[in-house]
Amino acid sequence: MATLSDLSLNRLALPAPLPLDSGRELPGVELAYETYGELAADKSNAILLFHALTMDQFVASENPLTGKPGWWHASVGPGKVIDTDRFFVICANVIGGCMGSTGPSSPGPEGKPWGMDFPVITIRDMVRAQVAMLDQLGIGRLHAVVGGSMGGMQALSFAANYPDRTGRVLAIATTARHSAQNIAFHEVGRQAIMADPEWQGGAYYDGGKGPEKGLSVARMAAHITYLSEAGLTEKFGRRLQDRASKTFGFDADFQIESYLRYQGLSFTNRFDANSYLYITRAMDYFDLAEEHGGMLADAFRKSDARFCLISFDTDWLYTTADMREVVHALNAVAAPVSFVELSAPFGHDSFLLDVPALDRVMKGFLE
Amino acid sequence: MTLRADLAKIAELVPAGVRVLDVGCGDGELMAEMRDAKGIDARGMEIDAAEVERAVARGLSVMQGDANRDLADYPDQAFDVAILSQTLQTAERPDWLLDQLLRVGKVAFVSFPNFAYWRMRLSLLWTGRMPNSRHLPANWYETANIHHTTIFDFLELVGERGIRVEGSWFFAAGREIGGANANWRAEHAVFQLSR
Repeated sequence: MATLSDLSLNRLALPAPLPLDSGRELPGVELAYETYGELAADKSNAILLFHALTMDQFVASENPLTGKPGWWHASVGPGKVIDTDRFFVICANVIGGCMGSTGPSSPGPEGKPWGMDFPVITIRDMVRAQVAMLDQLGIGRLHAVVGGSMGGMQALSFAANYPDRTGRVLAIATTARHSAQNIAFHEVGRQAIMADPEWQGGAYYDGGKGPEKGLSVARMAAHITYLSEAGLTEKFGRRLQDRASKTFGFDADFQIESYLRYQGLSFTNRFDANSYLYITRAMDYFDLAEEHGGMLADAFRKSDARFCLISFDTDWLYTTADMREVVHALNAVAAPVSFVELSAPFGHDSFLLDVPALDRVMKGFLE
Repeated sequence: MTLRADLAKIAELVPAGVRVLDVGCGDGELMAEMRDAKGIDARGMEIDAAEVERAVARGLSVMQGDANRDLADYPDQAFDVAILSQTLQTAERPDWLLDQLLRVGKVAFVSFPNFAYWRMRLSLLWTGRMPNSRHLPANWYETANIHHTTIFDFLELVGERGIRVEGSWFFAAGREIGGANANWRAEHAVFQLSR
């Protein structure tokens, strides 16, 4: 498999240090990004797509690191739901990430990787960096911002903090605030990483293999939250993995164990453990109401955008109830908002999978 | 497809440039008509996800919600016009819904099927069973229409609630009829209300 340093990525350097919510500044920020489609002469057809926690800028094209198709290739492309014959789609790897944008694995001021000296970032910091990127690209007002899960958080944050810079906001399977349960699952993952001796306080970049076991466990725990119980039961049930009976040992007897182990292991090939710490922290810190004096409605008071919010009935990570809080806030400021809870069996991951109703709603909203 | 007569009447009556909420908007056919004919950017509320999906796919702003609860989330007078078409009879508490409608909207348009329509009366008289009609097609045990009303009953309720009737329009067999003896002649009624 290719490593990141082998790849030639599209990168854009921000002209000034990035101010952060923590009060610190991040110098020398680079954003790795991909674009699809053509920017219209009047620059009116740009859609900024935000990726979720473990994804990256390779939305519709093959991911050069994994060789797999882009994570939303089914929805983004010529003639597809987000039609790149009409729209100019931009997606950047978030700061803190590990697919070419500045993050803990990037060289810090002294030339060696930042590691845990990298500043703690927030969702709003991620958005601020991408707005600076839009400025660099000369794009003032977007046709739409679109995102699912953590991407949806960025979309909501964008609407709240840059209210005149998008005409539409499409947020899917997301929330305006990380709940105690959301934070709890992330903390399990972070502790797994930090408990791995190979983590070495985050300074594992010179030759060490890094906290692969810890990161793998973190991914396994998180992966459970992306699926529905019914989905797991249907896909795996209590079926055994390539064996006729239980082994009375701790090998992966059950298919679900084998599946999770595979998911955890393959994740370590493409994701940096420190990035996982920083990005999950940013999500845990996210509370859009808190940023606006405790009133979520105030976050949207200045926005003139149309909103479309979509939840899934089997998503227990970011629930319909979470989404309704956003809907209520938007109603309180009489914003033009559409909201629908779609029925899909795949849990939180439904936004990435084949849900025809999702396609119809997205297409109608973005037209 | 042409709009049902009561919806066409509401679309005709709502002036351009006002803020409109359509409660129980279905797949948004009235909203689309108001948008296309008058440039009105209406909001809708609909309980059925499949209907919401069709409305949003038309580019309309519709939220999935239950009017019996979610209307309470809107601020006072958030809209110039609140519309409740063919939904009153499905409400858990039609009296509460009317109050909410006139809280969030300055003016309300309410349309409903008139259960005292002569065909209903005859059907009940002759068959001794709950009437089924073109506009009320479901069986009694599965119908969403749990609070059938008549024009007389409706007028009595709005009178008790201190709601002003600013206008009324009546329909039978798909076209508008006069107001005389509407309680037995009208299949549908549209009322314009305010406080």
